[in-house]
Amino acid sequence: MPEKPVRTAIEVRGVSRIFGAGESRVAALDDVSVSIRENEFFTLLGPSGCGKTTLLRLIAGFDFPTSGEIMLYGEDIAPLPPFKRPVNTVFQSYALFPHMTVAQNISFGLEMLGKPKAEIETRVAQMLKLVQMEKLASRRTSQISGGQQQRVALARALAPQPKVLLLDEPLSALDYKLRKEMQIELKRLQHETGITFVFVTHDQEEALTMSDRIAVMSAGKILQVGGPHDIYDHPAERFVANFIGETNFLPAKIISTANGSARVKLSSGIEIGAPLPANFSPKEEVTIVVRPEHARLVKDSSSVNGILENIVYFGTDTHFHVRLDDGSEFIVRQQNTRSGSNSFNKGDRVGVFIGDDSAQVLKD
Amino acid sequence: MATAAETARKAERDDVRSRWLLLTPALVIITLAAVGPLFIMLVYSFLDKADYGGVRWAFSTEGWFSVFFERDIFDDTLSLADAHITILWRSVKLSLMTTLLTFLLGFPTAYFIATRPERSRDVWLFLITIPFWTNLLIRTFAMQEVIRNEGVINMSLLWLGVIERPIQIMYTDTAILFGMLYVYLPLMVLPLYASLEKLDFRLIEAAYDLYATRFQVLRKIILPLVKPGIIAGSILVFIPSLGAYVTPRVLGGGKNLMVGNLIELQFGQGRNWPLGAALSMTLLAIVMVALLIYARQSQSRGLRHG
Repeated sequence: MPEKPVRTAIEVRGVSRIFGAGESRVAALDDVSVSIRENEFFTLLGPSGCGKTTLLRLIAGFDFPTSGEIMLYGEDIAPLPPFKRPVNTVFQSYALFPHMTVAQNISFGLEMLGKPKAEIETRVAQMLKLVQMEKLASRRTSQISGGQQQRVALARALAPQPKVLLLDEPLSALDYKLRKEMQIELKRLQHETGITFVFVTHDQEEALTMSDRIAVMSAGKILQVGGPHDIYDHPAERFVANFIGETNFLPAKIISTANGSARVKLSSGIEIGAPLPANFSPKEEVTIVVRPEHARLVKDSSSVNGILENIVYFGTDTHFHVRLDDGSEFIVRQQNTRSGSNSFNKGDRVGVFIGDDSAQVLKD
Repeated sequence: MATAAETARKAERDDVRSRWLLLTPALVIITLAAVGPLFIMLVYSFLDKADYGGVRWAFSTEGWFSVFFERDIFDDTLSLADAHITILWRSVKLSLMTTLLTFLLGFPTAYFIATRPERSRDVWLFLITIPFWTNLLIRTFAMQEVIRNEGVINMSLLWLGVIERPIQIMYTDTAILFGMLYVYLPLMVLPLYASLEKLDFRLIEAAYDLYATRFQVLRKIILPLVKPGIIAGSILVFIPSLGAYVTPRVLGGGKNLMVGNLIELQFGQGRNWPLGAALSMTLLAIVMVALLIYARQSQSRGLRHG
């Protein structure tokens, strides 16, 4: 387990970025506040157009906030040009300099900082080793593969030892296998360099596997910040639950609340326990969310009941599509075992068992 | 039945034949209008001059000789042909200066256009090409109207009280430079724009991100990447500047000749066709050297990328 980071690397305070004016006014970021801790792998996750790249560009200095502050270790960097910020970026397109070799690309930042020649040479050699590109140091960037370009882009951004490394969907151009490799590679690099990574992606799986903490964004706002576990098991809002993983939504009535947890009554009349989200404003009618793998299909009547409409076999697991009595669809995912063929048939009347703390109450 | 291989060979033969057919009209024109006349000039440069213009069909190197040297009328001593060398040097110097100035003025212009939104770029490019709509001679006379003693510049400065008497710009090298700058600027802007338009501006962001200042971004990223455009623009400006005729004739008056005017003089009043032909060939040689440098540059670029 990595030790708990304590210092704050980046503190975004009430940042808005407004494009256009009047009727065409668009708030790409709407009063966003978030703090990113030192040495953590922090991910901004959201669909395209949610403002995640805008926020990254504001931190990098390619764009300036309409209002708000961006503090880097206590210093407001929002008004500084990019070349005065100890922050480097790995671009989605890599943006490697085509007229330079791999080594020249990596040394560029150090040269611009006016580092002594000997130091640059050692540092470039270190970086080449770190990303395993020693053999290709004198190649042109047009002569290496996409995955190699990715490594060079990383080495180039890491070479000046930035306080924070910003990564703008750096893996999106790679094919599936390479992307998996680079995910592990990125985690390793972050661990070895101890640099704070701010990673932008629209890929929820990527976010869950790599991040220490995730900020889920939508329409210019940060909806929830938390560890992968928190975000997946305890989504606070419908959008977050829906964007990450497969989800079932059920209506429920709150019976009682205590210590951040509630007893809720489902449509079948059965009561279960479910945690409340932070900042929950008390109300009676709520929506609860249940992950497909946290529910269980049973033969007799249970938490909620319905007709088994479809069975989809996935190899590792099987999805059961249940049409509930209130007309909504509920998906149960069960892991397959080698011997046990499942004993359910299409058209059966089935129950779905939802245990205590298998569900989460949503804010909205 | 023809085999697949025979069919392929036939297709290839047909392809070669149609290629030559397509090329023929251009080849005929180039032979008649460029290669032929150049060959005649080359021959004339080695002939003897006739008394009233034209050539006498006798071999002579006098034409080439007098490009660089002159014989004293009285004692036949040799000396360098100062006048010719001055004019050649002025031509090269003014052309280089024109190239440099069009670059300095054209680069920001091209950069400005390349950074506009895509739709408005066409409008800006259109504006750049407007001068081409008018005849060169007319544009040059218009330039005269601007810089002559009673012209726009002098009258404005007089009226503002900056100067007491008009500045003599007309009939100086400066006037020629002004004129050529104006005439050849679009030829620099267009290839520069073509290069800048292809430039990936994310590279500029990347350079800023890696601590490069504005000037360093320009020097280390933008200029190296638009080098093909810079070279193409320089060639397009330098070569016609070197052979410029109308501009130095109108704006330079009779004194400040460039090599184009000198050549015209030999075929006209000078009645020395062999010298004129030899001077033309000299001009051609200078242009060839410039093109050779260009070829070398683009070749080394090709090697690096290849």
